[in-house]
Amino acid sequence: MRKSISTAPPPTSKVSLAMRWSNFQRRYAPYIFISPFFILFLVFGLYPTLFSLYMSFQSWTPSDGWGRWKYVGFENYTFTLTDPMFWRAMWNTVWLGIFSGLPQHLIAIPLAFVIHMVLGRFKTLVMAVYFLPYITSSVAIALIFNTLFATHNGVINLVIAQLNTWPLLGWLLPDQNINWFLNSTIKYGLALVVVWQFTGWNTLLYLSAIQAIPKELYEAAAVDGASRYQQFRYITLPLLRPMMFFAVSLTIIGNMQLFEQPFVLLNGGASSATQGGQTATMYMYRTAFEWLEMGTAASIAWILFIFIGILTYLNNLIFGRAARGEN
Amino acid sequence: MAGSDRKFSLGGLLLRLGGFALLALGGVLTLAPFYLMFVFATHQRSEIFGFPPPLWFGEHFWTNYQILLDKIPFWRAYWNNLYLALMTTLTSLFLCSLAGYGFAMYEFRGRERLFGVVLATLLIPAILNLIPFYLLIYQIGWINQPKALWVPAMAGALGIFLMRQYILSAVPKELVDAARIDGCSEFQIYWRIVLPLVRPALGTLGLITFIGSWNRFADVNVIMRTQETKTLPVVLRTLQGATDVEWGAIMAGTALLVAPLLLVFALAARQLMEGLTSGAVKS
Repeated sequence: MRKSISTAPPPTSKVSLAMRWSNFQRRYAPYIFISPFFILFLVFGLYPTLFSLYMSFQSWTPSDGWGRWKYVGFENYTFTLTDPMFWRAMWNTVWLGIFSGLPQHLIAIPLAFVIHMVLGRFKTLVMAVYFLPYITSSVAIALIFNTLFATHNGVINLVIAQLNTWPLLGWLLPDQNINWFLNSTIKYGLALVVVWQFTGWNTLLYLSAIQAIPKELYEAAAVDGASRYQQFRYITLPLLRPMMFFAVSLTIIGNMQLFEQPFVLLNGGASSATQGGQTATMYMYRTAFEWLEMGTAASIAWILFIFIGILTYLNNLIFGRAARGEN
Repeated sequence: MAGSDRKFSLGGLLLRLGGFALLALGGVLTLAPFYLMFVFATHQRSEIFGFPPPLWFGEHFWTNYQILLDKIPFWRAYWNNLYLALMTTLTSLFLCSLAGYGFAMYEFRGRERLFGVVLATLLIPAILNLIPFYLLIYQIGWINQPKALWVPAMAGALGIFLMRQYILSAVPKELVDAARIDGCSEFQIYWRIVLPLVRPALGTLGLITFIGSWNRFADVNVIMRTQETKTLPVVLRTLQGATDVEWGAIMAGTALLVAPLLLVFALAARQLMEGLTSGAVKS
């Protein structure tokens, strides 16, 4: 249509002007429509990120006044990388990453399979219940668990005491009240909170992937005499691999950034168990806003950024290819 | 499903019963903290940590509510929360659908690459932007101003992705071409043709954005320094002092923070869950 217009002689100047406008706006409209994202990303995403790279080589605290920073070379980086508190926070992060990450998936995969197998009409309802923690404010969740973790008469300790009277379980559980707010115990509590909060999300991911598996595969297997377990082991699990990769990637990225749960459960860093539970992002936050060392905090952000980048890359390298290749 | 089309067998029945029991146990473990939050909101601190801890509702909700009003600007914080969530949601609905339309319905130079940039920003760990973001907000003098929170969130990458996917599947290109022949401008096509057709996706995106903004904490905590400008999660956390923490009041505030989302979720759980997984299943 456009071609015929451009080759035809302009009937009147008014019409051609309108046509030209129409062509012009048609050509540039998409750029205008997508521009807000890019403007916002440049201003609030890319620019500050690059600026923080610059800042990570400066020494600056807000009371110095804007613009009055001092170049210190790699000092912030060497300070951070030789700071035992930073390494403790990194260790906490990695520990939590594993012990709050693995259980989520080990529970979610069989759970999704069971939901798919036993439930018909009530699937959505049950899934909604499991999903509830995911849409709830992390701060609210941490505040609730803060009361549940109370040493004396806290609900969690009472439940453990109750389970302790059962055979078998009693051997595994301590028979005294657990103080959850110690350097040695806080990580377990944090892992429990994170598992509780995000298992439902992973279950939903796996359930949606399981539902996408053609029913005929199971039927054919059943005809061949495959048991329910064999169906799960030889049909569901292999076909879930791409989703496992996706879900595990999300868990890695999310767990390396855990902030709100430890921040609230450790009372913003005022708790005596802070050293045992604070994550790398929480340490970064406190460096910036408690000790007001913006340059050092910027260096921590960049070290973490590179660390997460390497982790994501390794995850891709080791599991990504297998996940895609199998399908 | 697979159970019902099988013939009745004792083993199958037991398996199903076991499955139900497992699901029920999981459901109880998931719901118990919510239930206890509501229960504790109606009890005083001494009762919450007494023996046995309360498992049923008490009489002290209004006492706790009064403590909240005394200690923090509760309704001011509630309004701040609502304002942040509404502004983010409304602007996101407009700008994400507009950008989604741009990516879905036009051929233009650099389209794939630009869309790739949009998706790549989803992978950037958000919390690491906290320090840079604070420095920028500090630099431009937006500390304590609500716009510092919602303006940067107006056109999120996830929203653009969701809208593009939906527009590709729900808006026929012929319809857009026909409207163009009828003399609609490009923006009019978006406003009159595309928007009405993508209402379900707008609903989903609205829910996701609202919930996400309602729960925001880390950056709000840094940008909003005065009690009057803080949102509810931030101001609730300030109640968590060193000694004599009013846990009953905190639970009452937490319940009032969580309750609206529980209501919204009760009404639109399916839509929300489908929206959140739609991207994951396709990729």
